[in-house]
Amino acid sequence: MASPNDLQFQEFEEAAQLLSSDPGASTLSVSAGGGSEEVKLDLSDEEEEAQQESAELLGGQKSPGGFWTFEYYQSFFNVDTSQVLDRVKGSVMPLPGRNFIKHHLRSNPDLYGPFWICVTLVFTVAISGNLSTFLLEMGNPAYHYTPQFHRVTVASVVIFLYAWLVPVGLWGFLTWRQGVERQVGAYSFLETVCVYGYSLFIYIPTSILWILPFEWLRWTLMVVAMVISGSVLVLTFWPAVREDTKPMAVSTVVTIVALHALLAIGCKMYFFQTASHIILPLQPTTAPVQLHPQNQTRTH
Amino acid sequence: MADDASKPFAGLADVSISEDIAVEGDISVPAGSSRRDDELSTLDEPVKETVLRDLRAVGNKFVHVLYPKRSSALLRDWDLWGPLLLCVTLALLLQGGAADSHEQGGPQFAEVFVVVWVGSIVITLNSKLLGGTLSFFQSLCVLGYCIMPLTVALVVCRVVLLLANNGVSFAVRLLVVAASFGWSTFASTAFLSDSQPPNRKALVVYPVFLFYFVIAWIILTFSP
Repeated sequence: MASPNDLQFQEFEEAAQLLSSDPGASTLSVSAGGGSEEVKLDLSDEEEEAQQESAELLGGQKSPGGFWTFEYYQSFFNVDTSQVLDRVKGSVMPLPGRNFIKHHLRSNPDLYGPFWICVTLVFTVAISGNLSTFLLEMGNPAYHYTPQFHRVTVASVVIFLYAWLVPVGLWGFLTWRQGVERQVGAYSFLETVCVYGYSLFIYIPTSILWILPFEWLRWTLMVVAMVISGSVLVLTFWPAVREDTKPMAVSTVVTIVALHALLAIGCKMYFFQTASHIILPLQPTTAPVQLHPQNQTRTH
Repeated sequence: MADDASKPFAGLADVSISEDIAVEGDISVPAGSSRRDDELSTLDEPVKETVLRDLRAVGNKFVHVLYPKRSSALLRDWDLWGPLLLCVTLALLLQGGAADSHEQGGPQFAEVFVVVWVGSIVITLNSKLLGGTLSFFQSLCVLGYCIMPLTVALVVCRVVLLLANNGVSFAVRLLVVAASFGWSTFASTAFLSDSQPPNRKALVVYPVFLFYFVIAWIILTFSP
């Protein structure tokens, strides 16, 4: 355990390696936000041995009280505005060598970011999808505008399942691999959820821009968003699985990226339908109408 | 225990009272008997009085939302009648829109209720987890009462839709809903902001903004 006299400024990469080799070490983190410098000292978990059981999930953090107390959950929301903004910026601009968990979370994962980013994404996707359908059908006299409120339910189920179940699976898998191969690093459950939540942030402006009805623009935006958020995830999890056997490591990373791509493509296909896929609700007097404006222009 | 100290009325020790003077009268003890009087009187008062008292309290809070100053009337005597009234009005007025098509229509009655109440509860929990000092029900009360400008906007929208349903009416509705959304958010932050830790104010205000934005969207997209 490092005493305060041993703390000295080091290059960031070495500090990250030190931390990854001994996740329980005391760390000194200085965050400069809004003009005032705060210095946070994270205590090592050896000083909290009495609460090891509840501290397991938190990966060795101070855990006040059992899971039935309010303070336990308050410890997951121990972030300031400047910290949240800094994490969001880190998720939008992934630089190689900057592990999101080590660089931005710094042993203080929060649940505020993932939860509210998911909620915002749900509503953005549903509203933008509705707007894009409306813009597509504006000139069509047979179209009657409906808010399609049920899409909010679908969006919320899909996005929340992705943002909370996939990290559970990944965390379980990494912890199991750590049991099998000692060198594989593992992150705590909260940190995994946190990374996944913040990596979804880039999809919020992307889904707003998807309102514009140009296919090439939508596919370009989606590729850009997938590259950015996928690289946040890859940069975070690659150092952890690097030490594993080659096939395992590569397949883990490929699965992470594939699931992420599936989410993006699925959202686009369901919420932002192209002209040839619109199916209007059954009118009592007319048969269901399927629109093919592309076919119409082609025949002329 | 000096003799002088134990005799506060030392000077009156020699006074004697004649037996002819009747010693009688009323002794009124203000605290006890007035409480008993109050209970008796609220039991005895006409029902109209009781109902009107609560209605006046609710109406008073509506006025405070209309002119949001930094007053504590909403916080001191919170009640949930106002939010319930507003939520029911909102949900009822949003009925009748595209009611034929079940799947692709507007929000059902229950969906409006769920959005408003679950949204309020989630925002209250969020502000408490971030270290806010308001109690659970005070926060629910403020969030519920500040829906009032949006309910007024919905009434205006329905009236406008009765008159016309074209681009001009849409522009008017957009303006009205946007103004009331801004008013709601401003009113609720005026009441809530004092109780939050200073470096987390934006974290608490953003969910409130999102909440009223979603309600404003539901109101704006209402089509008969």
